[in-house]
Amino acid sequence: MSRTRTERLVNLVICLLSTRRFLTAAQIAQTVPGYEHDPSVSKDHEAFQRKFERDKAELRELGVPLETGTSSVFDAEPGYRIAQRDYALPEVQLEPDEAATVGIAAKLWRDHGLAAAASSGLTKLRAAGIDVDPHATLGVEPTLGVEPSFEPVTAAVRDRRVITFDYRIPTEDAARRRRLQPWGAVCWRGRWYVVGHDLDRGATRCFRLSRIVGTVRATGEPGAYTTPDGVDLISQVARFSGGPAPERTGRATVRLAPGRADGIRRRADRLEGDVATLAYADADRLAEFLVGYGADVLVLDPPEVRDAVVHQLRVLAGLHSPAEVAA
Amino acid sequence: MTPSADRLGRLLNLVPYLLARPGILIADAAADLGVTERQLREDLELLWMCGLPGYGPGDLIDMAVDEDSVTITYDAGIDRPLRLTPDEALALHVALRLLAESPGAMDRDVVHRTLAKIEKVAAAEGFAVRMPDQPERVEELRGAMDRGRALRITYYTARRDASTERVVDPMRLLLADGRTYLEAWCRSACSVRLFRADRIDALAELEEPSAPPPWAVPTDVAQGVFRPTPELPLVTLRIAREARWVTEYYPCESVTPQPDGDWIVTLRAADLGWAHRLILGLGGRASAVAPPELVASIGDAARSALLAYATD
Repeated sequence: MSRTRTERLVNLVICLLSTRRFLTAAQIAQTVPGYEHDPSVSKDHEAFQRKFERDKAELRELGVPLETGTSSVFDAEPGYRIAQRDYALPEVQLEPDEAATVGIAAKLWRDHGLAAAASSGLTKLRAAGIDVDPHATLGVEPTLGVEPSFEPVTAAVRDRRVITFDYRIPTEDAARRRRLQPWGAVCWRGRWYVVGHDLDRGATRCFRLSRIVGTVRATGEPGAYTTPDGVDLISQVARFSGGPAPERTGRATVRLAPGRADGIRRRADRLEGDVATLAYADADRLAEFLVGYGADVLVLDPPEVRDAVVHQLRVLAGLHSPAEVAA
Repeated sequence: MTPSADRLGRLLNLVPYLLARPGILIADAAADLGVTERQLREDLELLWMCGLPGYGPGDLIDMAVDEDSVTITYDAGIDRPLRLTPDEALALHVALRLLAESPGAMDRDVVHRTLAKIEKVAAAEGFAVRMPDQPERVEELRGAMDRGRALRITYYTARRDASTERVVDPMRLLLADGRTYLEAWCRSACSVRLFRADRIDALAELEEPSAPPPWAVPTDVAQGVFRPTPELPLVTLRIAREARWVTEYYPCESVTPQPDGDWIVTLRAADLGWAHRLILGLGGRASAVAPPELVASIGDAARSALLAYATD
């Protein structure tokens, strides 16, 4: 943006903030430097209108609350003003430790996702008189990673607009088009999900953002639905991710090769020499864990675990027969 | 946001920023706002030309600038910064929630106080953050970090399936990929290592202070903790439909669907021993295709394990 344009826009903001009356485009043109033109020459007038439209769009993009209306019933055309109460960041006072916290938080985005928004938000807090130590760090430093779909999803949640996207579950071969009224984005154990009402399934569904293929499109009008009261986003995702772990009621006894299979030893509920006892919920799952240690583990009991291990080993031996290597 | 809107936003913030800090050094303000001193001076020159309608001497933004410092003497009505945009509010809220959900990260009371204040000036809805439950180990590690001591740890290395004892000089704790890690100088390995907190099976604080050598630099984990490099062995697996989750958990170099629904996947393994246990542990829902020594080692392991059951 040229210097003159920036100057014009700053003057426009100051002018509209200072007026209580709505100013029409014509009045603004007569007042704010940079809009001078001859309204009787249609080419001139059209150029002004285009310029003014662009400027309004620029202000709205920045978040400047441009109000339109008329000051009296006699006004023929609507005018513009900016209400100070809508424009200004409300008073906020942060203690030094709180200011440091915001500074650290803003840095968690590093250079992706909403990093730019976090840093411009922080600048506004600084402009409100809050001193944020730019060098404050933490002992524990989380990183906030988000998928590209995070921004369109959260924007749609905010505007309550229906989104359409292609979603691919690994066990399925093709992505499927989904239509969702999104209620919220959830970070669950480091992964991002969107929870909402699936329009095709007619039910609540969760989607992992990393499984969204391509772009997320918002369709239809904003405010197209209401998010149900008291919806607990976290528990929706928790249920979707498999719910609580099943109770481990089974007990398996295994013999380990001396000095080997440390991964089993540390998970054992009881370890006597090289004999380990493990609690389990699902024999096949436990068998997979044990088979990972190959010949370093021998299942003594119970038969269901032993059989599952033998079965898996047979499949593996077949898949990796010497003939396969030769081929 | 376009660069032009960026500058306009910066200018609108600049007046209240300076207003709150009369006599601030231009160099300090520039550093704080993340712009160059020259840029800041250009911004000030521009603001000097702006003001209230009338645009006479008493209407324009005015400031006292000496060589190094600046004081706003007339603000023309832009004495407050703009409100936070929805994205700015969301960015700060999500990050603060993540901090609040990271035990050991910092005083939770402070984070909650901060959240409550930010909430008042800018609400953000429609999101939630829940990190995994942290092992008690994290609190212990945090305490040890605060006291600045070296640690003797018993650590399980999944890659080698081995528990070893080692002395480490802690550098920092970090959360990445949903897990807590201790980054430390490992005296046994003579290098910086990331230790998963849930794999530190025992921990003892030593009398001596933590003293990582000056050349111990933190790892950049912005792209994830495990970053495959071309030096690592490339392994090829054939995975059945039920094991396709593997491609979501490990960074893969290629995924090629086969007519029967299997996927041929290539990935960089930290070492072949790790790949060996990964494939065995998939219990027959995946097989190694290459390199040949991996195929052979898995077959041998399965056959010798079966032998034990036959003679038992």
